[in-house]
Amino acid sequence: MIPGNFEYHAPTSLADALALLGQYGDEAKIIAGGHSLLPMMKLRFAEPEHLIDINGISELRGIREEGGMIKIGAMTTENQLIASEILWDKCPLIPTAAKLIADPQVRNRGTIGGDIAHGDPGNDHPAIMLALGASFVLAGPDGERTVPADGFFLGTYYTQLEEGEIMTEIQVPVPPAGSGYGFSKLKRKTGDFATAAAAVQLQLNGDSCTQINIALTNVGPCSFKASDAAAHLTGKVIDDALISEAAEKAMADCDPSEDLRGNIEYKTSMAGEMVRRAIRSALSNAKGE
Amino acid sequence: MSTEDTREEELKGVGCSRKRKEDPRFIQGKGNYVDDVKLPGMLVGKVVRSPYAHAKIVSINKEAALALPGVHAVLTAEDLKPLGLHWMPTLAGDVCAVLADEKVSFQYQEVAFVIADNRYIAVDGADLVEVEYEELPVVVDPHHAMDADAAIVRDDLVGKDEAGQGSRKHNNHIFNWDVGDKDATDRAFESAEVTVKQKMINHRVHASPLETCGCVASFDKVKGDMTVYMTSQAPHIVRTVITLLSGIPESKVRVIAPDIGGGFGNKVGIYPGYVCAIVASIVLGRPVKWIEDRIENLSTTAFARDYHMEGELAADKDGKIKALRVNVLADHGAFNTHAQPTKWPAGLFSICTGSYDIPVAYANVDGVFTNKAPGGVSYRCSFRVTEAVYVVERMIDVLAQKIGMDPAEIRMKNFIQPEQFPYQSALGWEYDSGNYPAALKKVMEAVDYEGLRKEQAEKKARGEIMGIGLCTFTEIVGAGPSKACDILGVGMFDSAEIRIHPTGSAIARMGTISQGQGHETTYAQIIATELGLSSDDIQIEEGDTDTAPYGLGTYGSRTTPVGGAATVKAARKIREKARKIAAHLLEVSENDLEWDVDQFRVVGSPDQAKSMKEIAWAAYNNVPDGMEMGLEAVDYYDPPNFTFPFGAYLAVVDIDKFTGVTTIRRFYALDDCGTRINPMIIEGQVHGGLNEGYAVAMGQELPYDTEGNLLGNTFMDYFWPTMVETPKWELDYTVTPSPHHPMGAKGVAESPHVGSIPCFSNAINDAFMQFGAEKHIDMPHNAFRVWKTLQEMGLNKD
Ligand SMILES: Cc1cc2nc3c(=O)[nH]c(=O)nc-3n(C[C@H](O)[C@H](O)[C@H](O)COP(=O)(O)OP(=O)(O)OC[C@H]3O[C@@H](n4cnc5c(N)ncnc54)[C@H](O)[C@@H]3O)c2cc1C
Repeated sequence: MIPGNFEYHAPTSLADALALLGQYGDEAKIIAGGHSLLPMMKLRFAEPEHLIDINGISELRGIREEGGMIKIGAMTTENQLIASEILWDKCPLIPTAAKLIADPQVRNRGTIGGDIAHGDPGNDHPAIMLALGASFVLAGPDGERTVPADGFFLGTYYTQLEEGEIMTEIQVPVPPAGSGYGFSKLKRKTGDFATAAAAVQLQLNGDSCTQINIALTNVGPCSFKASDAAAHLTGKVIDDALISEAAEKAMADCDPSEDLRGNIEYKTSMAGEMVRRAIRSALSNAKGE
Repeated sequence: MSTEDTREEELKGVGCSRKRKEDPRFIQGKGNYVDDVKLPGMLVGKVVRSPYAHAKIVSINKEAALALPGVHAVLTAEDLKPLGLHWMPTLAGDVCAVLADEKVSFQYQEVAFVIADNRYIAVDGADLVEVEYEELPVVVDPHHAMDADAAIVRDDLVGKDEAGQGSRKHNNHIFNWDVGDKDATDRAFESAEVTVKQKMINHRVHASPLETCGCVASFDKVKGDMTVYMTSQAPHIVRTVITLLSGIPESKVRVIAPDIGGGFGNKVGIYPGYVCAIVASIVLGRPVKWIEDRIENLSTTAFARDYHMEGELAADKDGKIKALRVNVLADHGAFNTHAQPTKWPAGLFSICTGSYDIPVAYANVDGVFTNKAPGGVSYRCSFRVTEAVYVVERMIDVLAQKIGMDPAEIRMKNFIQPEQFPYQSALGWEYDSGNYPAALKKVMEAVDYEGLRKEQAEKKARGEIMGIGLCTFTEIVGAGPSKACDILGVGMFDSAEIRIHPTGSAIARMGTISQGQGHETTYAQIIATELGLSSDDIQIEEGDTDTAPYGLGTYGSRTTPVGGAATVKAARKIREKARKIAAHLLEVSENDLEWDVDQFRVVGSPDQAKSMKEIAWAAYNNVPDGMEMGLEAVDYYDPPNFTFPFGAYLAVVDIDKFTGVTTIRRFYALDDCGTRINPMIIEGQVHGGLNEGYAVAMGQELPYDTEGNLLGNTFMDYFWPTMVETPKWELDYTVTPSPHHPMGAKGVAESPHVGSIPCFSNAINDAFMQFGAEKHIDMPHNAFRVWKTLQEMGLNKD
């Protein structure tokens, strides 16, 4: 439980961080909250020779609303998300879900950027970002690019983030009036990753669902959108039968691996159940219930 | 309030919920644990462990490790061999490899020990030790351990027809042990109106104390003294073992168990890491620290259970039990390192007739070796009481189901009645005292049992799944009478030494050692009541073999039954001397004096009195002619019998039929531990034990795959309930003192662990029985497993 030797760097500007990253290449790792990286280093699954700590770069923290977008600095911690009035007001899915991530110690250090960049199928922010239609700002040696969450997650610990890039910001379109959100997560205990979790963001026009995103955590090699399920509900007045059918479709997209949380059948079934529950709560809060 | 009551209250003695004396230092981070010990020149050791469950060691190359700056030595079995320390004896009559000798027999087995300047270098050094293995076939399932073609776990025992506990019949067999009248039991089964039979598993778990195991060994080459700071629940026995193994005279060995962060049996045994640190300190002449990390703790030190049982009951058709029969297959792992009293290979398993008046019984246990970690010590494991209570408490429910009787009613029908005490059980125990029907009745009234059953039926009609579990257990604690119990030939007594200072404060030392139970608080209360001195002025010390009297330590809830009794006895010796001094001071005959809270007073003339404080002063300057000065006493208490705490527990659970998640809606626990010394501490102990029981029943598990790889040895997987998961506990009590304990106390710490596990299991099984479940459902009742049952029974539908 002791990491291998490494050299520690603490840049105070994004430019310095990028320069260090450029200098050390694949021998270096960015450290944000450290709550995914350090456990891997302690088990010596990861043995980076250089750690570039970006906690000292203050421009990477903070939450603001700008031009119909909520912009969240990549280094914003889970607890800062949970404490954010803007988020509770404009995009409650994020803080609602963040409260169910890990435990207070982890939430105190762990960052939204790290959670997304790590590419762990067990992490919850990827599914939340897919449900919200977010995009990510990535800074690299040649400047910035913005990529949508949809398509960002490619596999386990594998994303569109390229070597030498740092995620700086998460941009979430402010959900319009009549939106509803739901997040359902099944876990064995506090501090555990999800057996299965579902994030849902939808819009109603009257009783009819005009748009819906359903995304899942930990039931595949990476987080993904259950697109068939969403398509099945779009343009319809959602009732219990439709919810069950959508859940079945979401289950068909699942490809979980067996572990002590359960076998494939259980995890798939739980994905369905979480989808059901998340849709139900999204519907009820969209209707202001 | 009379002045007598006030004086009594000021003593803060027995019955007072005084705050724990040890807590201020713990909550301020001022405790002193083994890992806080830092000695000048201290080195740190790290164990190199096997990645395989069973493999031949082809070669070990230390060169790269030794070349790392800061690495001082690398020990392997070859290095320990000349000292005869590559193997060590176990308390169960077997031997255990200190460092693997030619082969490894379980995953994470100790292979080499790297000693370096600090932990960081030690871990780097351990990574550099190159071990070449040749994998061997494994034995993982105990049911196949004695197959004709099973791989041999222990080459060192091949050809030996015994492994320290009687004859054996297979290379992987350890022992067979049985108890009871087999023929009479068989006859009772043959003629019974109803019989039930059920297989059940008490799965492998780990007690996982917050503090892992560790030690600092410091050998003084000049003086020839060995001092070892150790996370030990039995420091005196450890000292004896060190002497027996090393040849260093016992007077030159000092074992200090400082503050201990939880034991639960995990810290009874002697682990290879300790031996390596001790040897390394002797060889290098410097202090050597060894501290396990969490994965090592969960993977290698003192698992519990792995008992594969088949219970049977014979009864009348109206539910009166006629006989009990239990067959057990016990998986002991690669070495038999159990720590039970020498004569009891299955511990006190014969308590399995429980709280019921069962005329005949028979139990038969086979122990086998497998390629899994040794241990079998924690969580009451070596004593096997949890397993015994589990089998009888599950079986009585199985019988109730078969004849369609309510689980409460069948218990009432079969209880040993209050007037039957002292009660001779069919398997040879003499239960000291109890009142089982009163306890169960009190619980049923408190929770409105009838109402709960009604609610359950209503819920069932709506397709909701609720379960009610009962457990009316009898514990057996306080090991133990030396005629029945010894460890390595040392009788299982315990001791107390009390010294009263001239100004009336006191210091007392015991052979036991607290691991969080609050001994500093409760022992002082016993002395306060016995001697009329405020418990605030009584200092308690344990755990240093140089100062404390010899004792067998703290495990198996033995502290109050044995150490507590020694304390009462020692205090009473002092009181007798005090009476003589008081008589001398008051110039009356001893017989004219009576004890009154904190003083001796003259019968019929209450104004003439001498307080204990005055007597203490006189003990150092004005004693009767011919009397020695001073006021102190020591007592070594050999209990005449075990004590038999009991309780009645009830759990109400609601099962989410879609996810398998179980909510513990209510848990009502009534405990009877005889005289209650500190009710607040008892409640704390009960809360802790219930949390453990909840964890074991609902989630904890050390699972192995078919290759013998341990899955789930971190806290990500191993279930440690936090305050979020922990149910709300409702506590209650009755008081039935033990007639043979000098103050009637019985011991409580393990009752809630032992009693709650079957209670949870009964609740889960009850929930499914109402829907027609026919087979018993094994623990752990985690969401996944509960869901599998829901799925099989088709209950997870709208
Ligand atoms: C006990 C426990 C339980 C947990 N349970 C959950 C859970 O239920 N749900 C959940 O979502 N998470 C969970 N986590 C993970 C936790 O949320 C982590 O904090 C998070 O995954 C990583 O964020 P971090 O800031 O700690 O990143 P770090 O651990 O510092 O970094 C993670 C990875 O991302 C890279 N990285 C970090 N920041 C950036 C950046 N700005 N740009 C580019 N790369 C970057 C790092 O180089 C590293 O490879 C749990 C963690 C623990 C220890």
